[in-house]
Amino acid sequence: MSISAILFWVLSIAALFSALMVVTSRNPIYSVIWLIVTFFTISGHYILLNAQFLAVVNIIIYAGAIMVLLLFVIMLMNLNKESEPARHRWLQLAGAASGGAFMLVLVAALKDTELKSQQSLLLEGHIGLIKTLGRELFSTYVVPFELSSILFLSAMIGAVLIGKKD
Amino acid sequence: MPINYYLFLAIALFSIGVVGVLTRRNAIIIFMCIELMLNAVNLLLVAFSKMHYNQAAATAIPVANPGIDGQLFVFFIMVAAAAEVSVGLAIIVMLYRNIHSVDINFLNRLKH
Repeated sequence: MSISAILFWVLSIAALFSALMVVTSRNPIYSVIWLIVTFFTISGHYILLNAQFLAVVNIIIYAGAIMVLLLFVIMLMNLNKESEPARHRWLQLAGAASGGAFMLVLVAALKDTELKSQQSLLLEGHIGLIKTLGRELFSTYVVPFELSSILFLSAMIGAVLIGKKD
Repeated sequence: MPINYYLFLAIALFSIGVVGVLTRRNAIIIFMCIELMLNAVNLLLVAFSKMHYNQAAATAIPVANPGIDGQLFVFFIMVAAAAEVSVGLAIIVMLYRNIHSVDINFLNRLKH
């Protein structure tokens, strides 16, 4: 087993475990911290796939900005106590069962596809590098890029308007 | 690495997100589970992009940057997620100010 295969399995198990801990933790602060761990493992997967730009952006945007915002809100609203009343036992069971059934259906539908023989290239390839991605982003995808700035502007105005005390 | 493994890993992460949305009552944790689902999709997109790169390298078809669209899609998904979080958290804060709770069971009063 090569070193990249070992890294793949370690990162996958860590990602699944931390994702499970996000769902099962009672305290919202622990959920946020486990979610940050999940994002770091997913960034590790990106590095393994040599998508360096996305690995860095994932850490900066998700672990850096979004999670800090969530932690801020949780601490400001003083939700860091385990006061959340649990759902009814049967509703929890039904939710877990339907999620599991969803997974079962997807796995059963996709386990015998043509994709079985395809490989995803690890550790090589230049398409994940900043130079290539930036060139493509500012030539072919320049219109969506500019539109996303309008999206950000409207999201900013929307957040201020909604959060304003009336 | 076979693409199957990435496929099943992403399906498992997505399903954990679905279970979280269905079983938790705290609106912020439901929000975080949605982020988890977005990340599962992102991981699969990157894996497929590298699969196409591998395929194009094997068949030697002269394409400029095979599979780069997948990675740019991931970038745009991250942009949309960041915008979504800012507005969503503003809504949750407003909700907390009005009903002093983030329990989604109290949200059914929205329909009156």
